[in-house]
Amino acid sequence: MSLVCCKNLTLSYESGIAVENLCFELEAGDYLCVVGENGSGKSTLIKGMLGLMTPRKGEIIYNGVTQKEIGYLPQQTLIQRDFPASVFEVVLSGCLGKHSGIKPFYSATDKAQALENMERMGISDLKKRSYRELSGGQQQRVLLSRALCATTKLLLLDEPVTGLDPLATAELYSLIKDLNAREHITIVMVSHDVSCALHDSNKVLHMGTGGVVFFGSSDEYRSSDVSARFLRCDCACHERGEHAHV
Amino acid sequence: MLMFELISEMFSYSFLSRAVIVGILVALCAALLGVTLVLKRYSMIGDGLSHVGFGAMSIAVAMNAAPLAVAIPIVVIAAFFLLRLSEKAKLKSDAAIALISSAALAAGVIVTSLTSGLSADVYSYMFGSILAMSQTDVYLSLSVAAVVLVLYILFYNKLFAITFDEDFAQATGIKAKFYNVLVAVLTALTIVVGMRIMGTMLISGLIIFPALTSMRVCKSFKAVVICSTIVSVVCFFLGMVVSYGIGTPAGASIVAVNAVAFIVFFIIGKIRSH
Repeated sequence: MSLVCCKNLTLSYESGIAVENLCFELEAGDYLCVVGENGSGKSTLIKGMLGLMTPRKGEIIYNGVTQKEIGYLPQQTLIQRDFPASVFEVVLSGCLGKHSGIKPFYSATDKAQALENMERMGISDLKKRSYRELSGGQQQRVLLSRALCATTKLLLLDEPVTGLDPLATAELYSLIKDLNAREHITIVMVSHDVSCALHDSNKVLHMGTGGVVFFGSSDEYRSSDVSARFLRCDCACHERGEHAHV
Repeated sequence: MLMFELISEMFSYSFLSRAVIVGILVALCAALLGVTLVLKRYSMIGDGLSHVGFGAMSIAVAMNAAPLAVAIPIVVIAAFFLLRLSEKAKLKSDAAIALISSAALAAGVIVTSLTSGLSADVYSYMFGSILAMSQTDVYLSLSVAAVVLVLYILFYNKLFAITFDEDFAQATGIKAKFYNVLVAVLTALTIVVGMRIMGTMLISGLIIFPALTSMRVCKSFKAVVICSTIVSVVCFFLGMVVSYGIGTPAGASIVAVNAVAFIVFFIIGKIRSH
């Protein structure tokens, strides 16, 4: 049985349908890269998978992992950029999901786990630093450590490299790849950076504004017409982006 | 020495002691809730609620009803409503809250001028009065403060999680909506109890200032929370002493002391970061 099975999923906002009739399956250990234009419903799909939105139709069935046991790396919000919180406080908050409703405080196990996950992400030395003083790459590692406190099985990442410099981007990708390869954590990553993301993933879900354009293995995707068009466009964007930075 | 005499003289008046007790408890609650409200960009809710509180109290006075009995349910309902506005239309919510604030204020002024005229009662609701505190208020503020403190400590970690990242918290199974409502309702209670000392126009200062002040220098959430409560209580007390010493209105003096504290912390923060 597959780890995640998404059947005829339709998600909608008051303003209209964002994801329509979506079907895909993930096995444990998969690395799925979700690509597509803006407005194709990538982030909405993530919200649906997390249970932040109730499906209008269809369902998502989890096997061997519950919805609460999913680790999530959200897009950064404005609120967080200047939030006064220590790194340890942020990472620890990932452990809250495991608490049964009533237990108000963190246990020693929670704290040990948080420290261990900071170690895994190489940020142990930042424990007492304030989150708002960190660089973008460091902040993402903190949020990744937090996500790891919430899961050992499935990680959802929503555009994790947005705003990072090339070095921090490469480092984050390699951390994520390690989690997938060494610890067999299933990864679902929404990304704009198609060429890079394809490098590590074994499955691709390409969403279009009119519905799913492609779902299959990364190798199939690379040789498909869809990717040819999309990758070309992606390269063009990159060049423009680099010019803009200069 | 002079300060000490002034303070002991202050406490010889029972109405002043009552105002100080109620005020310190309100300052404590306002500081705790203020941290979450400010960080979640919900500061306007506090302002909106105090104006709705004014409207409700004016109507209560006009109807000869007990002010608190009318104001508490109305402000709590308004809290639900304002929270929904803030959550829903993120972009327009500040305008919508400002709209409700001024409409509530206008309603209060009209009702009062048609019935009793703008009496001293209404003036004291606007700018606060230390004479307004009865023994019942002391009990009421004690119970509100006890509820806020206990709930805040019990739910501290969850409140941190929903303040920092509501989506993540919700994804891990925390009922974010419930805690948002809880914060809004507790804020409503704190405002209703506190607005009669501080005044409608000034109570939101008690919520916003301590949190913003401590954020200038504190680096962790826990430090911000603890520092806010200390700043808030100390500023309240100093404001009362100043008010008594030089005869200025209590609410305004307290906000002024808070403003000075903010400037001091702001400078310390700037110096530290260099």
